[in-house]
Amino acid sequence: MSRHSAGAGPGRSPRDSQENGVAGPPPRRKRVVLADSRAPVTVLRTVVELEEQTSYGEELVRGFIRIQFRTAVRLALLAAVLLCGLPVLFYFVPAISDITVAGVRLPWLLLGVAPFPVLFGIGYWYNVLAERHERDFVDMVEK
Amino acid sequence: MGGTAVELNLWAVSGIALVAVMTFYVGFRSSRAASTTQDFLVARRTVRSRRNAAAVSGEYLSAASFLGVAGLILKDGVDALWYPIGFTAGYLALMLFVAAPLRRSGAYTLPDFVEARLGSSGLRKLATFFVIFIGVLYLLPQLQAAGLVLSRIMPVPQWVGPVIVIVVVVVNVFGGGMRAITVVQAFQYWLKLFAIAAPTFVLCAIFIGRGGAGTDTTALTADAPPTFAETTTVRVETPVRLQVKEPVWLWADGRVNGAPASGDVFWRPEVGEVTVDAGTTLRFNAGSAVPVVAGAPADNESWAKPSSGGAGDLFTTYSLIFATFLGTMGLPHVLVRFYTNPDGKAARRTTLHIMLLLALFYMFPLLLGALSRIYVPELLVTGRTDAAVTTLPVKVIPGIPGEILSAVTAAGAFAAFLSTSSGLVVSVSGVLSTDVLRGRVRDFRWAALIAGIVPLALALVLRPNDVSLSIGVTFALAASTFCPVLLLGIWWRKLTWVGAGAGMIVGGGLVIAAIALDVVSRYTGDWAPSFVKQPALITVPIAFFVVYIVSKATHRRQPGDTSRTLLRMHAPDPLGFIRDRDVARFGTAEERARLADGRHRR
Repeated sequence: MSRHSAGAGPGRSPRDSQENGVAGPPPRRKRVVLADSRAPVTVLRTVVELEEQTSYGEELVRGFIRIQFRTAVRLALLAAVLLCGLPVLFYFVPAISDITVAGVRLPWLLLGVAPFPVLFGIGYWYNVLAERHERDFVDMVEK
Repeated sequence: MGGTAVELNLWAVSGIALVAVMTFYVGFRSSRAASTTQDFLVARRTVRSRRNAAAVSGEYLSAASFLGVAGLILKDGVDALWYPIGFTAGYLALMLFVAAPLRRSGAYTLPDFVEARLGSSGLRKLATFFVIFIGVLYLLPQLQAAGLVLSRIMPVPQWVGPVIVIVVVVVNVFGGGMRAITVVQAFQYWLKLFAIAAPTFVLCAIFIGRGGAGTDTTALTADAPPTFAETTTVRVETPVRLQVKEPVWLWADGRVNGAPASGDVFWRPEVGEVTVDAGTTLRFNAGSAVPVVAGAPADNESWAKPSSGGAGDLFTTYSLIFATFLGTMGLPHVLVRFYTNPDGKAARRTTLHIMLLLALFYMFPLLLGALSRIYVPELLVTGRTDAAVTTLPVKVIPGIPGEILSAVTAAGAFAAFLSTSSGLVVSVSGVLSTDVLRGRVRDFRWAALIAGIVPLALALVLRPNDVSLSIGVTFALAASTFCPVLLLGIWWRKLTWVGAGAGMIVGGGLVIAAIALDVVSRYTGDWAPSFVKQPALITVPIAFFVVYIVSKATHRRQPGDTSRTLLRMHAPDPLGFIRDRDVARFGTAEERARLADGRHRR
């Protein structure tokens, strides 16, 4: 994408015509645009409050960050407990190595297979929760 | 390496050539679209989450993952499984705490994020230093491994591999920066997945078709060392210490235990360890027990069980989990890909995809590692376990099919070197061009040249190391420098630039000291304790503590716009608070004007 095509549409012609317009053919027809249709259409009071950092807006943001942080910490702890429990388990219950499931020793399954669905599951769960919190926050702001 | 003549392996060479040409072509095609600084730095922030996830996985699955993991499983058994777990879990931490806010901060490099959050140009310079340092430290093993792999399949000296990798990478980065590299890396993920999955499927089918390991070999859970399935000649190229657990008759030519040996020798279990000097040739008969290098489990029983060597082993395991869990989020070449997402939500989804792609990939090294314990135990004698993936197919399937499969793995390994190196070069040159040079497209191209040639020179001068081991140390360094700054910068209002700088210097300094100590100890008899080899469990908490204490002590230095920065990082994307700093610095007047409007979407 070239530098110019980034501003396709109304913004494009003025510069071109200025560059060519001095000695060349008469200036091209200009389209005068009073309002850019892509510009924001909604300026909401709460968004302004967030931007201006009024005490209300500040409190809203702090609360939202706190919720997101708690969710993340809880899920991280869950993953940490599940994973970091394994070395301790193997260390204190060595008998677990003698159990075989379908011809494979249990530690190989616990370390080679099980962690990946668990990690993905936790990640998926967090994605759902975080997006839900964001939607709630946006709904509240736009109310 | 060594004096043995390597014969030209035509299949492998053409596989590697094909990968190099395809990489070049894919990069060339997509670099035609790149023209501005923002294209080169962050691909205009238009990479959708699926392609981005494939690109991140492509660059992340380095030689350490493609060759190293299977080799470690062959050597260390079930304990080595912590590497793939840690490599994947790192992305969970990245997703939970960093991905979306980092993207929304609008930064285009890690030093830029640090400055955006803490408003200190001095700290920005410190971050620049660490990005370049980590980048080079990560690049070195890639290049050295490329040299090693190439010199094994064709009669060329060690420097040829690194030179080819750097030339292909620099040409791509030069032509299209991040724009070109994104497509190259995404393509290389699928290439690597194929290159490891296809041989694994074939080998597993053959293994099952033969009804298991057969009678000649020791079962993987038996209380005995692995055995040679056929008469095997092993050439020792670096001095090794071997553990003898079973009586072995063998034929030796060279120096064993410091004395010249020639002809048949008998090793009794009572001697315990045998030292074999470089240049010695050993020939084992079929069915004899494999003497395993010192430091690895000697028999299959202990190989198949989690280590129970005491608190030291437990410490190493936890330290490794810690380093990989927290280190991934501090790797500059991983983070640079997150800036290319369109918004925070896409950054999170990218991470979720990455975890899926990585988990899919890591199934295969696991199986290959276990199979190599049965079929290529001679690698345990030389300690060259990194060669497991590439030698296994030839050993299992004789003739041309085996060679073709082996060539596929060699090509995959080469793709791993290329994609990881291109990610590192692009991230280092992004930082160089915007922080040291002036950030125009021309500067980026110069920076790419520098970021390629300097590590190349270092790789040729320095001594090659164990590939996976030095990767572990890189993770420790990333976890002790950038991880505290990112985590606290995103979630803690009271962070100051003084605290962040002190934490980075102390954490990074400790890890660098540990690396130096480890190198010294390796030259003087390997006396360093385990926490020197994997120091993350100690250095990361210290780094966090220093950041916390110093930030508290200098609370007056808190930047005045902390609230605004935090709002920008955490506010959901539809509210339109994202301000891309690359547009503000490098964009055209129009783009900047549009940026100032904000873009609230309903």
